[in-house]
Amino acid sequence: MGLEAKLASDGFLTTKLDAVIAWCRKNSLWPMPMGISCCAIEMMSAVDPKYDMSRFGSEVMRFTPRQCDLIIVAGTVTYKMAHVVRRIYDQMPSPKWVIAMGACTSSGGMYRSYPVVQGIDQFLPVDVYTAGCPPRPENLLNALLELQKKIEGTRARDFQNKPLLDLNLSKN
Amino acid sequence: MEFRELVTTKTKEKFGSDVVDITNFRDDLSIEIKPERLLSFCKFLKEDSELDFAMCVDVTAIDWAKRKNRFTTVYHIYSLTNNFNLRIKSTIEDAKNPEIDSVTSVWKSADWYERETWDMYGIKFKNHPDLRRMYMPETFEYYPLRKDFPVMGIPGSLPLPKKEED
Ligand code: SF4
Repeated sequence: MGLEAKLASDGFLTTKLDAVIAWCRKNSLWPMPMGISCCAIEMMSAVDPKYDMSRFGSEVMRFTPRQCDLIIVAGTVTYKMAHVVRRIYDQMPSPKWVIAMGACTSSGGMYRSYPVVQGIDQFLPVDVYTAGCPPRPENLLNALLELQKKIEGTRARDFQNKPLLDLNLSKN
Repeated sequence: MEFRELVTTKTKEKFGSDVVDITNFRDDLSIEIKPERLLSFCKFLKEDSELDFAMCVDVTAIDWAKRKNRFTTVYHIYSLTNNFNLRIKSTIEDAKNPEIDSVTSVWKSADWYERETWDMYGIKFKNHPDLRRMYMPETFEYYPLRKDFPVMGIPGSLPLPKKEED
């Protein structure tokens, strides 16, 4: 593609640092698999060889939030669990993003009752919502691509004046 | 004698007027007993060598909402040697502070079932070894399976983490 052609001729290219960093970020999202219930099964199949999320640079599921910059909340979040999810999110280094996977996570889904949080956006800043119960793996990949588009547009100043690591654990 | 009859005759013999009701609906035998005698009744069912109800399968409750005696606790027990299921019921008279004896001293497995019933209906089980809530947070003030509890809960009763605006 374009880059290789440059390599053969000039050996350099001109661009903006912001653009390069955003380009790197969007293609190396490391997800935290916050699989809480059935949606997690489809999240797993999105990583398998058939759907292969690694094509988009996001196959490195990390089971510690401290190595992640994307949290995929996949499943029914109860009020009790909400504190755990938030605590994990708080431990992720910024900049960080959130995908709300499935009807439960986005809106409470079919659990329209007292123990289930009716949408995780009540306590997390969600970037992309995914419809479906559960969403098909393609749908999750689509969410990832949407998120990549969003990250592509970010600039360094968007993340300034933000604490690098919000370890405000005692509050929650 | 059929085992079903054996249970009823033995119960009547031993507990006589403390038995409130015996019903046999679609081959499901259920015996309602006065709450004061519940514990000794359970002990009897378990320890009688012929009946041998060794297993407590479930403990739950009914909220009758508008009746004067609002709560009924329900016990499902099983006799492995006789392959027989029996249901015991016991209606609590105090609707404000419902209390009943715990059967954990008879069947250990009732421990968590009673905790769940306490969590959902607010029925206190006396002499329970560890009566904490099962599902809801310890600070929660309501009992969700009571009929006067709204399905969508009570706003603000369950705290959520704060979301700082960005
Ligand atoms: S959206 Fe459907 S599949 Fe996903 S967690 Fe909820 S119930 Fe399960």
